[in-house]
Amino acid sequence: MTAIGKYWRIALGVAVIAALIIVPMNFNRYGLYILSQWTVMTIAAMGLNLTLGYAGQVSLAQGAFVGIGAYAAAIMTTQGMPLIAALGVAIVLCFAIGWILGYPALRVQHHYLAFVTLAFSTLAFLVFRNEDWLTKGIYGISNIPRPNVLGFATNRPLPFYYFCLGSLGIVSLAMWWLIRSPWGRAFVALRENPVRALSLGIDTRRYTLMAFAIGSALGGVAGTLYAPLTQYIDPVPFNLSLSLDLLMMVIVGGSGFFFGPFLGAMIAVLLPEWLRFTQGYYLMLYAVAVMLLLIYSPTGILGILDRYLTERRTKAASALRAVAKSRLETAP
Amino acid sequence: MSNLLDLLVAGLATGAIYALVAVGFTLLWQTSQTINFAQGEFVMLPAFLMLAVMHAGAPFWLAIILGILLSLLLLGLGFKLLLVDPMLRHGVLPLAIATMALAIGMKEAVKQFFSAEASPFPSIVPVGDVWILGRVVSLQSLGVLALAIAVVIGLTALLNRTSIGHQMQATAQNPTVARIIGVPVERMILLTFLINAFLVALASLLITPIYLAKFSSGEVLGQAAFIAAIVGGFNQVRGAIAGGLLIGVVDNLAAAYVSTQYRAAVPLILLIVIILFRPQGLLGRPEERTV
Repeated sequence: MTAIGKYWRIALGVAVIAALIIVPMNFNRYGLYILSQWTVMTIAAMGLNLTLGYAGQVSLAQGAFVGIGAYAAAIMTTQGMPLIAALGVAIVLCFAIGWILGYPALRVQHHYLAFVTLAFSTLAFLVFRNEDWLTKGIYGISNIPRPNVLGFATNRPLPFYYFCLGSLGIVSLAMWWLIRSPWGRAFVALRENPVRALSLGIDTRRYTLMAFAIGSALGGVAGTLYAPLTQYIDPVPFNLSLSLDLLMMVIVGGSGFFFGPFLGAMIAVLLPEWLRFTQGYYLMLYAVAVMLLLIYSPTGILGILDRYLTERRTKAASALRAVAKSRLETAP
Repeated sequence: MSNLLDLLVAGLATGAIYALVAVGFTLLWQTSQTINFAQGEFVMLPAFLMLAVMHAGAPFWLAIILGILLSLLLLGLGFKLLLVDPMLRHGVLPLAIATMALAIGMKEAVKQFFSAEASPFPSIVPVGDVWILGRVVSLQSLGVLALAIAVVIGLTALLNRTSIGHQMQATAQNPTVARIIGVPVERMILLTFLINAFLVALASLLITPIYLAKFSSGEVLGQAAFIAAIVGGFNQVRGAIAGGLLIGVVDNLAAAYVSTQYRAAVPLILLIVIILFRPQGLLGRPEERTV
C-alpha cells in the first residue's frame, strides 16, 4: 500500500464514521431501530467471522449465543441489575459454553461440526422456550430497561443508537488489535494449514477452542445489546434461522476479511428494508441477490474488491517491471 | 405394550419419509459435494405444484404426474444447472450458503404466489383404520410406510443390481477414477439430481396429506432429514435409510415417554452423541481427512 493509499483509507474511514454519527440525527424512530440492529448484528457476525473466517470452523450456533446474551440482559436488568453486570455474565457464560462447544471441533470437521453446533442451537432454543421459571417461555420478557451510560439515559432511540455504535466501535478496536496480535496470526495459520501450524509450534487445540470461545462471547455481547434494543424478547428470534442468517452475513460480506461482517450485516439487515417497496417480493429478491452474488463471487463482496485490488497491483508491478526493463535496454 | 406397537408403526411411517428425503441428501453429497440446506423446502414445493395443477382443474392423478415432472425439471435439472454447477468449484461452504438463500427464496415465493395459510391436500392412501392383532392402526401410516419401503427397495435395487446403479456408485466413490474407467460421470451426477427431485416429490406426496401444505413445512422436515443422514452415515444410502427410520421411531417414542416439550431435543442429543463417538455415522465409512 502506498502512502497516498493509506491517507485515502484513513480519510474514507473518518468520513464513514462521521456519516454514521451525523446522518442518523434526522432519522425517524424506525430508521434508528434498523441502524441499531445493524450494529448489533455486526458485532455478532464479527464473532462468527473470528470462528469461521480466521480459525476456519463452521459454526451454526452464533444465534444461540446472541440469545443467551439477550436473556442474560433481559433477566438481570428487569431485576434491577445494571446492564454492565449482565454483559459480564453473558461474556463469561458464552465464553465457557463456546469453549466446551469447541471440543467437538477438535474431533470432527466441516459439515459434522456444522451439525453439532446446529444441534446446540436448537437445544438452546428449546431451553428458552420451555424453562418458564427463568425465561417466561413463549410469553417472553417485556419492559427491558435501557441503560444509563456515564450518567446519560439512553431511553430515546438516538442516544441508544449512539450507545450501540460506541459498543461496535469498542468491539471493532478490540478485534483489530486481536487479529494483529500473535493470537490472530495463529488463528490464520490454523485456517490456512492446520498441520503446518502444528509443526510451527502452535498449540492448535488451544487456539481452536479460543477462537470458538471468543467468537461465542462476542455473540453474547451482541445479545446484551439486542435485549434493550427491542425491549421485549421471546424465544422466536433466536431460533436456528438467526444462526443461519449470521453465517450468511459472514460469507456474503466476505469471511476472513475484517470489514466483511460490517457489509454482510448491512446486506442482511438493510437490504430487505430497502427492498420493502417491492412489498411481498422483498425477501425473494434478497434471496436471489445473495445467490447471484455467491455465484459471481463466492468470497463475498470484499472478495470482489480484493480481486480487483490484487489485479491492479499485479498490473502496476508488471508496468514497473516493463519500465525498468526498457531502461536497462536503452542504457549504454 | 400394544401402545408401543402404535407408536412404532407411526414412527416407522414418518421415519420412512425422513429416509426418502435423507437418501436424496446423501446422494447429492456423494456425487457432487452438495449440502442442500433447501432439502426441506424441496419437499414442500412439489405439493404446491400439484395443488396449482389441481386448481387449474386437472384431476388428482394428472396433478401427481405433472407435479413430479415439474419437480424433476425445477428441483433436479434447474437446481443443478443454475445453482450447483456455477458454484461447485468454489467449495462446499458458499454452495451451502447459496442453498440457504434458495430455501428463503422458495418459502417466500410460495407464500407470495400461493398462500400463507395451510392448505389441505388429498391423500393417495385411503383414510381409515384397520385392525391388526386386535389393535387399530391408521391405514394412512401403513400405506405411507408400504410406499416408502417400496421406493427404497426399488432404489437400492437400482443402485446395486443395474449397471447404471454401479456407475452411479463408482461416481460417488471417486469421480476421477470413474471417469478413467469410462463412466459418463456428468450424466450420472445429473441422474442423482433427478433421483433426488423424484424422491422429494414422492415424500411431498406422502407427507403433505398428514401435515397439510404450508410454505414453512420444510423447516422441520429438512432438519429431521439432515439428522437422519448424519446419524445413519453421511456417505451411505443404507445408512440414510436406517437413520431415517431410527429418527422417526425415536421421535415418536420420545414424545410419548420423555416429554412433549423436549421431544425435538432427543434426536439432537442422539445426533451429538453419535457424531462424537462415531463421526462417520452408524453405517458410514470413515472419510479420509484431507489436509
